[in-house]
Amino acid sequence: MDMFALYNYWVVIFLMMTGFYVVIASGNLVKKIIGLNLFQASVFILYISMGKVSGGAAPILRETVQTYSNPLPHVLILTAIVVGVATTALGLALVVRIKEAYGTAEEDEIHSQDESL
Amino acid sequence: MRDNPVLRVVTKITIPIILLFSLYVQFHGDYGPGGGFQAGVIFAAAFILYALVFGTQAVRIVVSPSILRLLTASGLLLFAGVGMVTMLLGGHYLDYDTLAQNPLHGQHLGIFLVELGVGITVAAVMITVFLAFAGRRD
Amino acid sequence: MAGRVRTTVIELINIVLLGLLVITAIAAIRLHDLFAVTIMFGIFSLLAAVLFVVLDAVDVAFTEAAVGVGISTILMLATIGLVGRQEKQPTHRPLLPLIVVAVTGAALVYGTFDMPHFAAPDAPIQQHVAPRYLEQSPNEIGIPNVVTAVLASYRGYDTLGELTVIFTAGIGVLALLGLRRRRSRLADSPEEEP
Repeated sequence: MDMFALYNYWVVIFLMMTGFYVVIASGNLVKKIIGLNLFQASVFILYISMGKVSGGAAPILRETVQTYSNPLPHVLILTAIVVGVATTALGLALVVRIKEAYGTAEEDEIHSQDESL
Repeated sequence: MRDNPVLRVVTKITIPIILLFSLYVQFHGDYGPGGGFQAGVIFAAAFILYALVFGTQAVRIVVSPSILRLLTASGLLLFAGVGMVTMLLGGHYLDYDTLAQNPLHGQHLGIFLVELGVGITVAAVMITVFLAFAGRRD
Repeated sequence: MAGRVRTTVIELINIVLLGLLVITAIAAIRLHDLFAVTIMFGIFSLLAAVLFVVLDAVDVAFTEAAVGVGISTILMLATIGLVGRQEKQPTHRPLLPLIVVAVTGAALVYGTFDMPHFAAPDAPIQQHVAPRYLEQSPNEIGIPNVVTAVLASYRGYDTLGELTVIFTAGIGVLALLGLRRRRSRLADSPEEEP
C-alpha cells in the first residue's frame, strides 16, 4: 500500500519526462514548444495532486462541507497557466520570425546556415 | 468559411451567448469558479470565432488595433490604479480595507475592480495575439 | 459503505484519466505531422482539465480548459499554418536524450519517496497558511470562492505581476509580428509599426 499511494506522482513524472524528451530530442522548433507545454501541464498536475485532501471538496465555502482541498496550489497554478500561455505566444511569434528570416524551422538547418555565414 | 450558411448562422447565434457567458463568469467569480482570467479568455474566444468564420478584416472593423492597444493598457492601469488609490486613502498598496467604510465592503469593491482590470487586459491581449498571427499571411 | 464505493470510483476515474494522458503524451512524441501533434496537445489539455475537476481544483480546470485547449491550440495551429506542417524525419537514434531523460526521471522518482501519501490530510502542505486562509476568509473578505479571495486580495501583488507578464507578452508579440496587414513578403521590409 505504501508504493501504491505514490503511483500518481510517478505517472506525472513520466508525463514530465515525455515533455522533456520532446524538447531536447526534436529538431523542429514548433514541436519543441509543444513539448515545453506538455512539460508545463504535467507540472501543474503534480502541484494540484499535492494539494488534494482526501474527503475534501472544492475550496468554495458552503454550509454543508467540513474539509476543503488546499486553495494555495490552485492560486499558484492559475497564475502559472496564464504565464505559460503568454510565454508560448511569444515563443511561437519568435518561431514565425525565424522561419521568415532563415526559410526553415528545423534547428540543424538553422545552425548550418549560421555557421556557413 | 463565410460562404457556408450553416456556419454563418450558427456563429451569429452563439457569439452573443459566449459574450454573455464571459460576463457571467467575470462577475460571479466571487461565488463560484471563475474570475478575471477565465472571463477574459472566453471573451476573446468569441472574437476569435468571429474572425475564423468571417475573416480578420471583419474583426478589425469591430475592434480596431488602436482600441485594442487602449484596452490592453487600461486594464493594467485599473489594477495598479486601485493600489495607488488605497495608498492615497491612507493604507498600504492594494489594501482594500480603506476603499469603503466597512472593511468587508472595501474588500468586495477592491476585488471587483481588480478582477475587472484583469479581464479587460487578458481579453485584449488574447485578441491582439490572435490577430497578429492570423494577419501575417499575405 | 457508499463512501467507500465513491472513493473507489474516483480512484478508478483517476487511473483511467492518467492512462489516457500517458497514451496522448506518447502519441505526441511519435507523430511527425505537426497538425496531429497539436491536436494531441489539445486532447492532453482537455484530459488534464477533467483530472483537475476530479482533484477538486475547479478554477484551475476552468482556466486550463479555456487557455490550454482554446488559446494555446489555436496559436499553435496558426503557427503551423505559417511555418509548415511536416517535421523532418530524424536521421539518427536519439540515445543521449533518452539517457538524460531516464536519469532525470529516476532522480525525481527517488525524490518522491520522501513525499507524504497522495491526498493525506496531515501532509505539511495542509498545515500552516492554508487553514488560516480558509478560516479567516469569511471574516476578513467575505466571499465564498476562496481561490478568488486569495488571488485578488491575500496574494494581490502576485496577480499584479502576472497581469504585467501578460501585458508584456502582448507587447512583445506586437513588436515581433505587428498588427498591420502585410501586402507582400519583402525580405528586407522595414520593421512594422504596431
